[in-house]
Amino acid sequence: MSDGSKTLALHGGLLVLLFALQFVLPAYHHGNLARIMVLASFAVGYNVMFGYTGLLSLGHALFFAAGMYGMGLAVQHGGAAPVPGLLAGIAAAVAVSAALGLLALRTSGVAFMIVTLMFAQAGYLTVLYFGAYTRGDEGFVLQQAQRVLWGIDLTQPDTRYFAALTLFAVCVLTTLALVRAPFGRVLIAIRENEERARMLGYDVFRYKLAAVVISGTISGLAGAVYGLLFGYVGATFASVQYSIFPLLWVLLGGAGTVLGPFIGTLFMFYLIDLSSAVTSAYMLVAGVALVLLTLFAPQGLVGEIRDRIWRWLP
Amino acid sequence: MTLLSTRGLSKSFAGLRAVHEVDFDLPEGEVRALIGPNGAGKTTFVGLLCGRIAPSSGQVFFDGREISHLPAHRRIGLGMAYTFQITSVFARLSLFENVALAARRRLHGAAAVEAEVMSALAKVGLTEAPERAAGDLSYGHQRLLEIAMGLVQAPRLLILDEPTQGLSDAEIAGFKALVRELSATTTILLIEHNMSVVMEVADRVTVLNFGEILAEGTPAEMHANADVQAAYLGTG
Amino acid sequence: MLASLEGAVTAAVLALTAIGLSLVFGVMRVVNVAHGEFFMLGAVLAWWVASHVGGPPAVGFVAALVIAPLAVGALAALADMTVLKRVAYDPERTIVATIGILYILQQVTLMTYGPEARPVEAPFNTRLALPWVEWGEGGIQLYWPWGLSTTSYKLFVIGAAAAVLVGVWLLMARTRIGLLMRATQLDREMALAFGIPVERVYAMVFGIGGALAALGAVLIVPIQQAHYLMGGDPLLLSFIVVIIGGLGSLPGTVAAAVLIGLSDGIISVFFSPTLAKILATLLVALVLVFRPQGLFGTGAK
Repeated sequence: MSDGSKTLALHGGLLVLLFALQFVLPAYHHGNLARIMVLASFAVGYNVMFGYTGLLSLGHALFFAAGMYGMGLAVQHGGAAPVPGLLAGIAAAVAVSAALGLLALRTSGVAFMIVTLMFAQAGYLTVLYFGAYTRGDEGFVLQQAQRVLWGIDLTQPDTRYFAALTLFAVCVLTTLALVRAPFGRVLIAIRENEERARMLGYDVFRYKLAAVVISGTISGLAGAVYGLLFGYVGATFASVQYSIFPLLWVLLGGAGTVLGPFIGTLFMFYLIDLSSAVTSAYMLVAGVALVLLTLFAPQGLVGEIRDRIWRWLP
Repeated sequence: MTLLSTRGLSKSFAGLRAVHEVDFDLPEGEVRALIGPNGAGKTTFVGLLCGRIAPSSGQVFFDGREISHLPAHRRIGLGMAYTFQITSVFARLSLFENVALAARRRLHGAAAVEAEVMSALAKVGLTEAPERAAGDLSYGHQRLLEIAMGLVQAPRLLILDEPTQGLSDAEIAGFKALVRELSATTTILLIEHNMSVVMEVADRVTVLNFGEILAEGTPAEMHANADVQAAYLGTG
Repeated sequence: MLASLEGAVTAAVLALTAIGLSLVFGVMRVVNVAHGEFFMLGAVLAWWVASHVGGPPAVGFVAALVIAPLAVGALAALADMTVLKRVAYDPERTIVATIGILYILQQVTLMTYGPEARPVEAPFNTRLALPWVEWGEGGIQLYWPWGLSTTSYKLFVIGAAAAVLVGVWLLMARTRIGLLMRATQLDREMALAFGIPVERVYAMVFGIGGALAALGAVLIVPIQQAHYLMGGDPLLLSFIVVIIGGLGSLPGTVAAAVLIGLSDGIISVFFSPTLAKILATLLVALVLVFRPQGLFGTGAK
């Protein structure tokens, strides 16, 4: 088999497996997996910027929340149906990521990380400030009637699972196509050696800006779908924690691998799920994982597999 | 016809004049060697040409138009190619991908890219195992890969910064042959320390010293020039 | 006037905390995201020490003032040696690792100390009335109006912080340790070549940085209570101060701390605290984008 067909078989196989799992999983894990697939889509978006372009953002909650609030406010206060709501969410994510990219990409390295962190913090505070519409920390709940898409009731577990899988499949296949296309190759080149890419005649700024917008849009789409599927829009999703999570998931799974974000999200979700049964300080797990990962496995799980066994993994 | 020229091109770093008021002309089709003692400003000068470094003052013209205000990637887009002095390949990407990245800016379609990449790799003699990671190559082979990345762009002006540094004698002989072959279609500006390369491949030589042009002429003239010898011996 | 006095207290504590962050960034070129947690630990340890030492409040407070910074400094040095050294002070990996340390410290505190906010009693707290000058019928008159007063403790905080800052300056400018730090800051490779134990200097700088944050926290804890989530605001404010003051510049940091501390009190009179924070965060981000050398810096190096 060529590398291309192996890649398609592996990723297609995962999607088929996820499709089949919904018929066998018990209700609790069924629900979890739906949530994991939406969060993994968020991480897939994060990975475009961090994993493939080498831009470490500490502010991705801003994009997730932009999508979520873009959708949520349109549905709640604008009376929009889910589809226009989703479109509003995507539009918000595109606008916010383009604005952030134009500003933050003037910096690099540590300054870039801090700038993204600061803009995300400003975004979080803005959500709190307009508490009259967003209901701040408390958030607001979308009613069942507001969450019917083309006659499909997204509050039902099986439709929800299917919607989450659709989103996840779209995000994974988009990334896969992206990183195998010349465009994605240039992003990787920028990650590896930005100056060299520039001296091959690539307009590095425009490529990076495109990466930020694609990354932010995927993340925002995930945020909008999350709000729609789980019916809740709250400021927590704009907080620093939700900027750290995708970083953690991607690091754990393997930055710059298409499957890494999903594996990382799955792993971390269950790790925190299990530990929260033991202690309320479940974020301790996240902290320990971050430290151990930076120390011992900066490539992440899928990254280590790629280094040791499957060199062809995209 | 003049392909590249500069007028009053200067660059100073914190008061130190690295390049000072350089007027330089390079006719199309020529192979020009840029020589000079260490610290003469050669790398800074070519950095100014291709836009890696912003000049303190002065102008650069390429193909009859002023390009002083253009960012590096636009200049490359006009038909310049630049290979780095300190090898700067994409270490974790394959040989093939390194050259393909250089090729894709002008070529579209996987088949066309592959054909050109393989031909460029063949020209520098790196046909074996193109799927290897570039970082695994020996230093000399990384230099050759750099040259292949320059070639595949089919540039009008190819700027090579010390291309033969770290190459074996056999590889240097291959490099000389390659430059002669290329000179039919490409204007070449190369910074070179190896005098045998300069004597054999260059049409003309420009000598830089203390950021200024000390002398210019055929290799034989420069070889005989007393000022040039003095500059190299450090008595000038 | 009153606002600016409250602001001066904020500025004093902020200067201590931020100078720690600035020192670490200046010498080691890494950003310590767990800095706010060192602050928090200082406050929590102060409560712990004060409540375990008998006698009058002053004894417990003084004990806390000594023990908490030392303990936090030791912990920070340990974190440096076990974690940061092993990622070779790579700027990006250090940030990720210190985010991990942030969560570990915060959550361990939650598990041991609990979610309550707890006060530490101030060693002395006499109320001081302040005079007010006003144009009256007979010219200038002095008033001692009700409400315009401060406590002796707040004045002590300002004085103590100023003293510590002078101490830091003396340490950097006049001692051998300071010389080693500055040499390491200028050129790490050169320092190594001259036989300076760079790793020990780094551990010490990271320890001092943590200890300064803890010291600021011990000073503030009789005014604010100790809580496991209290590290967020000092971290954010320290970032703001360090960035506006110019990354790694100690005088710039102090100047910015005074500016931010004082204006914080005044801005919040005009804006809601949330809006003030939004504006401050945006300001910092924009300073980093358009003037990375800080507002007081003079050009890039």
